[in-house]
Amino acid sequence: MNIHDTYPLRDKTAFCGIGTSRFGSFPESDSYGLGCEALNMALDDAGLRPGDIDGLIVNRIPSYERFAEMMGINPQYCLLTEAPGRFSGVSLSLAMQAVATGAAKTVALVYGNNGRSKRVNYGGGDSQWSPWGMTSPGASHAMMWARHMHDYGTTHADLGWVAEAFRHHACLNPDAVMHGRPITREDHASARPICEPLKLLDYCLINDGAVAWIITSAERARDLRRPPVLISGYARQDNFTYGSAPPTDYWQGSFSVVQDQIYARAGIARDELSGLGIYDNFSPTVLFSLEGMGFCPPGEGGNFVKDGTLRLGTGRWPTNTSGGHLSDSYMQGWGIIAECVRQLRGDCGERQIPNAQAMQYICATNIALSAIFRRG
Amino acid sequence: MKPVIDVWNAPFWDAAREGRLLVQRCTDTGQCFFPPAPVSPFTGRPNTEWVESAGAGELFSFVVFHQKYFPGFPTPYPVVMVKLDEGPMLLTNLRGAEASALKIGQRMHVVFDPEVDGFRLPQFEIAA
Repeated sequence: MNIHDTYPLRDKTAFCGIGTSRFGSFPESDSYGLGCEALNMALDDAGLRPGDIDGLIVNRIPSYERFAEMMGINPQYCLLTEAPGRFSGVSLSLAMQAVATGAAKTVALVYGNNGRSKRVNYGGGDSQWSPWGMTSPGASHAMMWARHMHDYGTTHADLGWVAEAFRHHACLNPDAVMHGRPITREDHASARPICEPLKLLDYCLINDGAVAWIITSAERARDLRRPPVLISGYARQDNFTYGSAPPTDYWQGSFSVVQDQIYARAGIARDELSGLGIYDNFSPTVLFSLEGMGFCPPGEGGNFVKDGTLRLGTGRWPTNTSGGHLSDSYMQGWGIIAECVRQLRGDCGERQIPNAQAMQYICATNIALSAIFRRG
Repeated sequence: MKPVIDVWNAPFWDAAREGRLLVQRCTDTGQCFFPPAPVSPFTGRPNTEWVESAGAGELFSFVVFHQKYFPGFPTPYPVVMVKLDEGPMLLTNLRGAEASALKIGQRMHVVFDPEVDGFRLPQFEIAA
């Protein structure tokens, strides 16, 4: 393929069904039970039955085989993807490729996690740096954020704008875990430290829950129950060369590649986007994503989010309108992408972005990736 | 937490017990790297050698843990990210000062903890 050719997957595949379970603490269920709940919602949403599914990707559910057995799905394409949240976007691209190549016609992607009732700790255990007490994704992001403040003069207070905006969105979302619990930037500043410079309200919320998407061809999606949401573009650049330590460039190198590709592939310019879904495992990641994707110059993320830029109703860039990982639930990107789909169908009620036409998902990790979705 | 020893990092920990900080060097490019590996990340080839680091570097970043993950680490405790003059990054602990004395960019040098369970951990102090 010549680089000037149109991206071959542009608008070829679409979301035809989505489902999100309850989020919270459900010791009476597990990742299988929650996954079945979400998938049934997605099937009902699309007007499909388990027998219509010929591709299956599961994530954080221990066995694809047991899950398929439970749901009575006997596909032609099936796999379990890795646990880290970067694999929500990776799984999306695998489903796009499966549908585009004919490996499967209709792929169900199911994420299920009962980390809260199992009391999963994202830290501890043996690792390269555990003899020195260095552990947990939060500490790695705290390390990056400390350096960012040194490099650019950003402050912890800059992150308060992110936390406050996403909590505001959760308060508009009756399904969000933090619905009805507004916070101020002062609350963000005075929260207890977890791994300084980060504090409690910079961290995502571990919960039990599940998310399911059903992806099929754009053509087939048009014949189903709900308006299709097209997957216009996808781009990814990995960087595994940081020597097992936290990244030293906030993934700017990877994002420069992703930024060059994503808008061209989607055929949608940044200014045409209605809103964003950003992988907010920790609040600094939002700034790294905005800087990396060129919404503002490197180091300007703090100034960019000031005065409610990411907040519905006040800002140009409503972001994580469900409340995101910080205030809805940490569903490792799966829930954030589902929210992008809901926005483009106009299903978001009080938190609807008026006339939403296109949304961009951004995930800043050692697999830096982005996808753009639009109304079909 | 005791280090997890594998076939590639054993020379690092053997030298640490003697108070020496080793890193690997790619003999094709001259560049050093860490953690230990069977091949050079700069070429993918097994042309590597162990060299002794001067144990000096710059504070790249640091954090202070308040969340408790390990029984042997009373909180709060700092973790410092030091860029060795030879190139590799190390994540270790601060010795001889409080975290409030740390400033990113300042010079650091290695010191070794006393032996516990057959291991000595390299740690870093603020350079005088």
